[in-house]
Amino acid sequence: MIKSNSGIRKTDVINRRMFIIGAAKFVVFAGIIARLFSLQINENKKYLTLSDKNRIREWKLPPTRGDIVDYFGNIIAGNLKVYQLHIIPEQVENFNYLLLRLKSILDLSEKKITKINKLKSELKPWDSIIVSENLTWGQFVKINNYLYDLVGVKPVMTISRNYPFKDVYTHVLGYVSQPNEEEILANETIQQRFVPGMKIGKLGLEKRLENHLIGTNAIQRYEVNAFGKRINQLEYQKGKQGTKIRLTVDTEIQKSCGNLLKGKAGSISVMDIFTGDIIAMYSSPSYDPNLFLFGISQDEWQLIRNNPLKPLINKTLSGLYSPGSTIKPIVALSALENNVIDTKFKVKCTGKMELYGQTFHCWKEKGHGWVSLKNAMKQSCDTYFYEIARLLGVDRLNITAEKFGLGKKVLGEYFENEKKGLFPNTKWKKNNLGRGWVLGETLITGIGQGYIQSTPLQLCMMTAQIANGGYAIKPKIIVDNKPINLQEAKKSMQREQLHYSDKKLFKNKKNIKIVQEAIFSSTNERFGTSYKSRIDDPKYQFAGKTGTAQVKRISKRERELDLELEQIPYKDRDHALYVAYGPYINPRYALSIIVEHGGSGSKAAAPIAKKLFKLIIDRHDLRNDQSNFEEINI
Amino acid sequence: MFQNDRLNNEITFFQKIKNLDYILLISVALLSAISVFVMYSTDGGEILFHTKNHFVKLMVFFPLMIFVAFFNIKFWHNFSYIIYFLVIILLIWVSFFGIKSSGSQRWMDVYLFVLQPSELMKVAIILCLAKYYHRLKIENVNSFTSIIIVLSIIIIPIIFVISQPDLGTSILIALSGLIILWLGGVKIKYFIYSFITFLISLPFIISFLKPYQKLRILTFLDPDRDPLGAGYQIIQSKIAIGSGGLDGKGFLKGTQSYLDFLPEKHTDFIFTLFSEEFGFIGSVGLLILYTIIIFRIVRIGSISRSNFARLFCFGYAFAIFIYIVVNLSMVLGLLPIVGSPLPIMSYGGSSMLATMIGFGIVLSAKINHKQIIA
Repeated sequence: MIKSNSGIRKTDVINRRMFIIGAAKFVVFAGIIARLFSLQINENKKYLTLSDKNRIREWKLPPTRGDIVDYFGNIIAGNLKVYQLHIIPEQVENFNYLLLRLKSILDLSEKKITKINKLKSELKPWDSIIVSENLTWGQFVKINNYLYDLVGVKPVMTISRNYPFKDVYTHVLGYVSQPNEEEILANETIQQRFVPGMKIGKLGLEKRLENHLIGTNAIQRYEVNAFGKRINQLEYQKGKQGTKIRLTVDTEIQKSCGNLLKGKAGSISVMDIFTGDIIAMYSSPSYDPNLFLFGISQDEWQLIRNNPLKPLINKTLSGLYSPGSTIKPIVALSALENNVIDTKFKVKCTGKMELYGQTFHCWKEKGHGWVSLKNAMKQSCDTYFYEIARLLGVDRLNITAEKFGLGKKVLGEYFENEKKGLFPNTKWKKNNLGRGWVLGETLITGIGQGYIQSTPLQLCMMTAQIANGGYAIKPKIIVDNKPINLQEAKKSMQREQLHYSDKKLFKNKKNIKIVQEAIFSSTNERFGTSYKSRIDDPKYQFAGKTGTAQVKRISKRERELDLELEQIPYKDRDHALYVAYGPYINPRYALSIIVEHGGSGSKAAAPIAKKLFKLIIDRHDLRNDQSNFEEINI
Repeated sequence: MFQNDRLNNEITFFQKIKNLDYILLISVALLSAISVFVMYSTDGGEILFHTKNHFVKLMVFFPLMIFVAFFNIKFWHNFSYIIYFLVIILLIWVSFFGIKSSGSQRWMDVYLFVLQPSELMKVAIILCLAKYYHRLKIENVNSFTSIIIVLSIIIIPIIFVISQPDLGTSILIALSGLIILWLGGVKIKYFIYSFITFLISLPFIISFLKPYQKLRILTFLDPDRDPLGAGYQIIQSKIAIGSGGLDGKGFLKGTQSYLDFLPEKHTDFIFTLFSEEFGFIGSVGLLILYTIIIFRIVRIGSISRSNFARLFCFGYAFAIFIYIVVNLSMVLGLLPIVGSPLPIMSYGGSSMLATMIGFGIVLSAKINHKQIIA
């Protein structure tokens, strides 16, 4: 009885306490459902995003660079399909055997094999190893033939930069190559679009216009697992090729410049005297930019680096030369403008000039006798220009010279390696050398020696501005959206000078004419320094001024010896210069030629102009008719 | 007397079948079927190792449950202590000769599968304590001796389990034991006092935890402190569940599990996968199914005439409830990560064996609910 009573009481206790537990269970389950609700319903969006972030990964592909074309639309920097060889380690059955086979097929070096093995240990098994960046067609075919035996090997076709004219445009375009870390960090656009294997501009326009040329990445979206392995492709977004850029240059003329300077160190620039378009800009010797695309070999690099003619220097823009006698038109113009002389003014040349005990020699030992401006220019009489420089003073000469572009960058915004050059004046010497100007320095400045330094392109622009009647032009190498023909160019130039006084570089138009005629006589009249290089056909007839820049001071003994060019060591030979414009009637083009250590301007530089002018004038109509320019916004 | 109990002549075989609880049976069968499909999904939509093994185990253990049910509840009452001691012996054996895996030693190879005795203890402790309170006079429930005895019954297996080490199972065993103490009528103030003592000594206990256990607690408090290391599991689990949304990503379409972002997806985190693929609706559905099972067990307990059956059913219902709560709270980021499987759903033979035996005893209680145990 007691027992059963106890049993019933116990049952009561159990039931009562179970009831409390049951209630608690409801509360706890409700809590769990509330949590589920908050995660799955309230915060669903947030977690869906996180889940997508987990599983979707983007792969950027290298963008395709924009083409660079010449004035006529010929591609001078393009893109080429290249064949590459990739290995996907996880698909390879026997890695060592595969390497052995590849080694024999492709002639891989031991170093390369070690590098591949190192890459293999660093990369994930599903990341591809690039064995060869640029297979020849023959190798590609060979690989495809043996493919059955090469499990895990993937021949890939991709796109690479290509310079079809090889060394012709190297100093204009530069080249592309693998960037280093600093270069990536320096440019935000590159930073955003960089993918391994991508190449960026290292030099020249390729570098300067990087942000226009670069293009946008194609994007592949893959679903990946927790270990980063790609499971399947979800999306492929095409990239946009970089902007196509059209240059003002003419490949035929540029190529011809290269041929004319073959084996020599020097530079040729050709410019449109009205529009400032650079027709050609060649620095010799050049080198093949294609060598840099897949990493240049040490041997080839040493060959370029150690070449005594210094192919790595862009002589057109960074080469600094004494202009020599090519400065004489500016000296004459300055003297005329400042009313120091007139056409009747004459100087007697005895072959030398004494000043404060110092002797200044004319190039012609016997002297030219009495010479006027025209004769002095024609025969390049140094004594005459010593005298008018003395009368003029270096400061007045400096003003004229700077007006015509000496001592200032010509294309500064496009090429970071362009040099400013120097046209001295008294203030400059005081500030920089701390000493006062000496009159003797004025004399040698008058014949383009001394402190004065100029780039070939500056001389070309100077000549162009004399040729176009004395109007300022802004040289350019990229085609803008409104190319104009000769008549329009002339008209707009005259219109502009009415509105902007700084466009007009002269005080009296007659003075320009006098100088032009003097230059003309130098080429086309007997005893002219470049008379031998003249063309009589008025269609091609041009006017030019020679120059011979001394590299070192000629000692008295040397002057007496009067050595032949071949007898002087190469390093000590004079630079040969020539500036010219043509055709003489209705001129359109100006050029400057420099042959380093070429000897005299009349022998080494002027004959090059003769050959080049024919081509330039022949290409003129073609150039004038060129149309269908696309809209480019640079 | 022993033989009399075993050969119960009052109920025939057909009556036993008739008396089975079909709602419980169907619910468990349904849960088993769901678990096979979910296991199929963890295998990436193929019938691979886990799916096959899980299915085979179900095919063995589900009939075993019915087999267990056919024993009279009196039999289980009589053998309760022996079962408890047998499991203790297994625990001792495991602590000496057990198989080691990832730093703990808690398994033994029993040819068909690898047995984890601590899982069996979860049921055995309920059996043992149910019998103890069944036989204890109500006046003696709060006597000093009885309290010491029941605490010893709880603490002895826990010592072995915690030294394996296996904190999760220890906690579940402790909770399963404590609930019987509660139901048996131990004074409420004792629970309150010991709870307060527990809270006060908590910092002290934490200082005794192993470094990885401390890390789990820290990670629980702030999963983002180490998102790729210690916090990875819980962050990925929450992402999977949260991204499931209302109706889920669809069967076999759970990207988190399919792409291997989910850790332990076969075992402790199986609910995460289920919830990702079937969403809020599916998750609540699964909870309802579990609730039906729990309430069915409670109901069977409440119609039982013997206090042993009653205590076992109530205790076991609570144990199942605790397993679910601990597991779900863990995957939902409400509790630190402790290894605890989700009954039937999780992959793992021992847990399923123990759970099925528990259901079997409950069914036995149902069949023999009129049985009086002296």
